[in-house]
Amino acid sequence: MTSQATEPGGDTLRAEHIVKRFGAVTALEDVNLRLGRGEVLGLLGDNGAGKSTLLKILCGFQQQDAGRLVINGEEVRLRSVDHARSLGIDAVYQDLALINQLSVYHNMFLNRERVRGTLLSNRSMRDTARQHLDEMGINIRSVDVPVASLSGGQRQAIAIARAVYSDAKILLLDEPLAAMGAKEVAIILDLLQDLKRRGGISIIIIAHNYGQALEICDRINLLQHGEITLDKLSKDTSVTELNDIVVAEYRRAMEERQRSA
Amino acid sequence: MSKMTEQGGMLIGQPDGAPGTGNGTVDALRRGFGVLGRQRETTILIVTVALLLYFGLTNSSTFFSRANFIILLSEFMAPIAIIGIGEVLLLICGEIDLSVGFIYTFSPFMMFYLNVYYGVPALLAIIITLVFGLVCGWVNGFITITLRVPSFITTLGTGFILAGMSLYFSHAEPKAIPPATAGFGKWIGTQPWSQFIWAVVLVAIFHVVLTRTRWGLHTIATGGNQLGAREAGINVARIKYGNFMITGLLGALVGLQNAFYTNTIDPLAGQYQPMFYSVTAAVIGGTAMLGGSGTILGAFLGAVALATLSDGFDITGISANSLDIVFGGAILIAMIANVQLTRLRERGKTR
Repeated sequence: MTSQATEPGGDTLRAEHIVKRFGAVTALEDVNLRLGRGEVLGLLGDNGAGKSTLLKILCGFQQQDAGRLVINGEEVRLRSVDHARSLGIDAVYQDLALINQLSVYHNMFLNRERVRGTLLSNRSMRDTARQHLDEMGINIRSVDVPVASLSGGQRQAIAIARAVYSDAKILLLDEPLAAMGAKEVAIILDLLQDLKRRGGISIIIIAHNYGQALEICDRINLLQHGEITLDKLSKDTSVTELNDIVVAEYRRAMEERQRSA
Repeated sequence: MSKMTEQGGMLIGQPDGAPGTGNGTVDALRRGFGVLGRQRETTILIVTVALLLYFGLTNSSTFFSRANFIILLSEFMAPIAIIGIGEVLLLICGEIDLSVGFIYTFSPFMMFYLNVYYGVPALLAIIITLVFGLVCGWVNGFITITLRVPSFITTLGTGFILAGMSLYFSHAEPKAIPPATAGFGKWIGTQPWSQFIWAVVLVAIFHVVLTRTRWGLHTIATGGNQLGAREAGINVARIKYGNFMITGLLGALVGLQNAFYTNTIDPLAGQYQPMFYSVTAAVIGGTAMLGGSGTILGAFLGAVALATLSDGFDITGISANSLDIVFGGAILIAMIANVQLTRLRERGKTR
């Protein structure tokens, strides 16, 4: 599969022939994907197409069974989330990976806590968390409250803030707008536009809403039954085209099932 | 999620009171009650003070004596509090250790055989015994985390093995404290207050570990949302192994303390009771059985409450046969009060 997109800054991340199986189920068949420097890539696809699995491989949470990852020109085998993070890769998971019992600021610094000696620098973390949320325009009454007490949109905003302020060079977002209200969606979209303008950061976004994806992403990849089946610049495709492909695929699958039945 | 909220949202590090906007005095009062109400140890503190007052007032001459306080705080309370530290850490990260009472039973025998049969110098024998506690904890961790057996079953199994080992090696007969170890024993448990001092120091240290260090924060994260903690890059297995090992170490320490305190090595010492009491202390002290929240200070107060009950019943002369009935009832009443008060407090906070 050859990419149709131009690449101004070269690739910051390439996934080549990625295969991932869970027992008898093949989640990823043969995925080839590249992310240009400073690019925002939209990863679309039906439920169960393997989008989240691919993301979890790219951020080091799971390891691929075959295929290779090239990050900034060097082949790497990601051993862990920490390893990926040390290479500048950070992710927002679909489940957000927030700890309900912990405060907002402890969640924002989870596993990256600031310490003085062996003790936590709570004041410093609290102040910085407050500052970051204010900068993003996210309205949370207090950073001391446990995240359990927040709304779905607020929780999502905190998960995104955590990744954005981690100084990641490659940001992976799994359905970042899923549980959000209109106002929160606007805030996050603005934030992503802002990150894009500032440059230096490349983003992969998994999205369900084709319209939103085309709005924020430079390029769109469509993942179907474990393979990338479409790779186009956002300006060269449309919601209608993407819909047609997915619906056609659905029809084909239905017919196949009827034939075999 | 709502279940967790009910258990009480815990914050590491005490947050400042919410800034007031209206009337100063009312705000100050509200903040005062707020701080008190927000401390999850408040309920158990009230229960403990009430128990102390009750037994104190009904039997003041016997209760308020030095001899009685040594029994209450060193003999009864300290072992529950020290093992309770380990159980709190494990319960928070979603595990439990039923074997710790049997580590307690076996550890003084270990010291005895090392010193008397193998001529290992006293101090080294004590250190090896403590390391043995760590190893027991590691084995519990290995079977639970690496081999994926639920910790309830793992530690039931290892507990029985240790109980059997204690009886087998000792031929079910008590042993005397090896004279060479007696000197170190003073520091560990022979002196009347040594166990109490150990308990206070260890509770203070581990309270800081739980509330002010990354280890504590990651322990809560592990029990609160194990998948989320892993996704955030926390090494969940390491946290659990570590907490099993801390518990094993504390179990071995308490075993040695008890042997020195009673001046004998008894194959029937320890066993189920200290484990059950320490889990009870943790739970009535506000630690959630579901994981994700708990406090060591609460378990300490829980230990004082349980010790006060045991001691108070002894003084009051309630027959040993009926003691457990009263004890069980008292535990249930304390638990019901704790859960209901927590619910009321949560409701007040969210309103």
